[in-house]
Amino acid sequence: MSFLHLAILLPFMAAILIPLFYKQLKHIHTGWFVLVVPVILFVYFFQKIGPVSKGLNDYSTANWIPSLGIQFTVYADGLSLLFALLISGIGALVVLYSIYYLSKEKEELHKFYVYLLLFMGAMLGVVLSDNLVVLYTFWELTSLSSFLLIGYWHTREKSRYGAVKSMLITVFGGLSMLGGIILLYLITGTFSVREMVIQAAVIMEHPLFLAALILFLLGAFTKSAQFPFYIWLPDAMEAPTPVSAYLHSATMVKAGIYLTARFTPVFGLAPEWFWLVGGIGILTLAWGSFNAIKQTDLKAILAFSTVSQLGLIMSLLGAGAAALHFESLDDNLFTVAAVAAIFHLINHATFKGSLFMAAGIIDHETGTRDIRRLGGLMNFMPITFTIALIGAFSMAGIPPFNGFLSKEMFFTGMVNLLEFDLFNADTWGILFPVLAWVGSVFTFIYSMIIVFKPFTGKLQAEKLEKKPHEAPLGMLISPVILASLVILFGIFPNILAASIIEPAAASIYPFLLEDGEKFHVHISHWHGFSPELYMTIGVIVLGAILYATQSKWKRLFKLFPEKLTLNRLYDQSLHGLESGSEKIQKFYMTGFLRNYLGIIFIFTAALTGWALFAQSAFSFKAESNAPIGTYEVVLAVLMTAGVVTILFAKSRLTSIIALGSVGYGVALFFVLFRAPDLALTQLVIETITTALFLLCFYYLPELQKREKLAFKVNNLLISLGVGTVVTLIALSANSQRVSKTISEYFIENSYKEAGGKNMVNVILVDFRGFDTLFEITVLGIAALGIFAMVKLRMSRKEQS
Amino acid sequence: MEVIMAIVCGILFTAATYLMLSKSLLRIIIGTGLLSHGAHLLILTMGGLKDGAAPLLGEKAKLYVDPLPQALILTAIVISFGVTAFMLVLAYRTYQELGTDDMDKMRGTDSHE
Repeated sequence: MSFLHLAILLPFMAAILIPLFYKQLKHIHTGWFVLVVPVILFVYFFQKIGPVSKGLNDYSTANWIPSLGIQFTVYADGLSLLFALLISGIGALVVLYSIYYLSKEKEELHKFYVYLLLFMGAMLGVVLSDNLVVLYTFWELTSLSSFLLIGYWHTREKSRYGAVKSMLITVFGGLSMLGGIILLYLITGTFSVREMVIQAAVIMEHPLFLAALILFLLGAFTKSAQFPFYIWLPDAMEAPTPVSAYLHSATMVKAGIYLTARFTPVFGLAPEWFWLVGGIGILTLAWGSFNAIKQTDLKAILAFSTVSQLGLIMSLLGAGAAALHFESLDDNLFTVAAVAAIFHLINHATFKGSLFMAAGIIDHETGTRDIRRLGGLMNFMPITFTIALIGAFSMAGIPPFNGFLSKEMFFTGMVNLLEFDLFNADTWGILFPVLAWVGSVFTFIYSMIIVFKPFTGKLQAEKLEKKPHEAPLGMLISPVILASLVILFGIFPNILAASIIEPAAASIYPFLLEDGEKFHVHISHWHGFSPELYMTIGVIVLGAILYATQSKWKRLFKLFPEKLTLNRLYDQSLHGLESGSEKIQKFYMTGFLRNYLGIIFIFTAALTGWALFAQSAFSFKAESNAPIGTYEVVLAVLMTAGVVTILFAKSRLTSIIALGSVGYGVALFFVLFRAPDLALTQLVIETITTALFLLCFYYLPELQKREKLAFKVNNLLISLGVGTVVTLIALSANSQRVSKTISEYFIENSYKEAGGKNMVNVILVDFRGFDTLFEITVLGIAALGIFAMVKLRMSRKEQS
Repeated sequence: MEVIMAIVCGILFTAATYLMLSKSLLRIIIGTGLLSHGAHLLILTMGGLKDGAAPLLGEKAKLYVDPLPQALILTAIVISFGVTAFMLVLAYRTYQELGTDDMDKMRGTDSHE
């Protein structure tokens, strides 16, 4: 155990205590107690920046299930620390914001904060764990707490729908990832990420490699809302806005990004990794930004923009994997992509967090988030407007905000891919910069929509539920801090370079560095008249034109058929699964006993018959058989006649008597085969049974009328199958006896050991007395059961 | 002889299966009765039908028939009798309560759905 372990466990411990505070100290908003946790964590992680940037990574392990190789190992390097800082820092701001956002009187605050703390702890666990099983545990815990948070207002149907959808999709991905983890364990024999990185070459050559890679990416893509799994994110916007700001912009959706970055050194050399991560990422970028424009809900626009920005980061990680094909840092064109990914990750967390909080303020102060009803808020909410302006301009990539810098680096990374000549990138690589540019144009447009639609134009006071006014000061603190960070990182980007970005890049490229060598990241605003600059100018110019003329071309979205959306596909497939399984169930669960019996008989006969011939187990030998006697043959014929009589009997009396005759026939067989005890018992019992049948017969109705012929033929076929298989198995079992019987022992020892001359009786009460004991029990139970059935006459009416 | 007995058992099984697939409760119970006869005869046959004295040591014979299958069958006869008796009374009570012995009409009440 170390402080790092305690840091992960701290939110969980706090989650246990919070309900107590809520119950005992009603007059203080519970959030104030919660706020302590992320602040402590942030300070703790902040003071780790120094050692980690010098390459002193924290590593500590505690036993969990050592016999299975599962240790609670924590590992803090540059990448983990970056995420831990984001989680605790934005966590603190979000908790502060939520104190003013959620009402103390109306909301069940203890639940909210317990879920939030669970999430925070789980997220820290994901980014700090080195053992993959532990990582997976925390991973699912983030899905679970996210599910609880999305469904926080559980009385609303939409919240429940969104929660279930995100749960299904992320857990699908989580389970795929578990499959990937197990495959990796089979390949490497370890669950430790660091040891897997060392064995990267072994993993590449293994036949299970591709399966592990794809399963892993399914986990990362579903969590990080990549195409086509992004559909849960817009529906998750039913959560309270602090949750959307925290989980669905800054932290949880970046868990997949974290995982992709973490596994770049393991899988990165594979062409599949390059194309899947890069290709899906760039596709998500373009598709998400395109779809953001047609949304009318502020949070829905932000959700799609999150999707698209996550795609951007993902594509950069894919492009960054190209750098692994070089042995060193010199002339390595592609590391810039990974650096851009890390930088944009930070930037996105800052500006998206502030934008979500601004959207929450608008919602809180006007009662709506619909941009068609909003307008002219600038004069009422000047601070919120400033925050939204900074956030949106940064998102659009306009100088001097930080989004501009990371967008420039993004273009650099994509343009550099044109130089990449492996995996057919020389033919298809051109798609990366083109899609990146198109996506950026759309990004520019929706960023402008976010900032100008609600704040400029005419105020439609009659459409609003409340009279708009500026938010309380407390609610503004967090977004103001985030917006200040946007400007700070925008103007002085290099304060991040040495402290955070360089160590994080070093974790992505552990082999590129010589001993003691460090990454050198320098982010500059001005790097000459490069293609990136012209691309940015193009984005702004075209974006501005398109924004101004959007009423003319927005009809374009209507061209997309409603029926062909991914949401519809999801809904239909869920519905299809339900109705399909219901149909299958209805098909075989008919409620008719004879259908079930039919299935049982068919399977018994078919399986045993098939096994008999497939294993060529059938044989027929008659040498050792007993000779055929006349009496036995006559009796066999008589019995067959009795059986046929039962089958064709039209009255129940006939069939009962025929059954009795078959029973006496069996008794006669026992006589002929020298089994006197059996013959006695059989005679007596057959008599009693027949008497019982006759007793019941008096109370039971006449036999049914004839059944349909086709039905009879089916039944006859099934019965013939069963009978034939029984006969065949009996014959081949009889023909291949392998060992002598153990009855010699009974014959020799019945008198010697047990003092009885009737061997059957001696076996029943002496050698195998236990059978008899329980057979007596069976008779006793049957008698009691019959007595109870006859005596206890509680009818259905009395019951109810 | 074993071959003939195997065929007789097969016939008993065929008839039993056919009866158990029918609608009437009484026929189903008759079917189970036939099935147990078939099973008992099958045990006896599989034990071997070689000539020999009945398994009584007083006979002083050189060769006895196998006593173990007989003990097994005796147990089985008693158990199947218990079950048959129970089922018959069950059928009787069912008919009293539900007024039908048609298996197709016995499909639970609405509250079971």
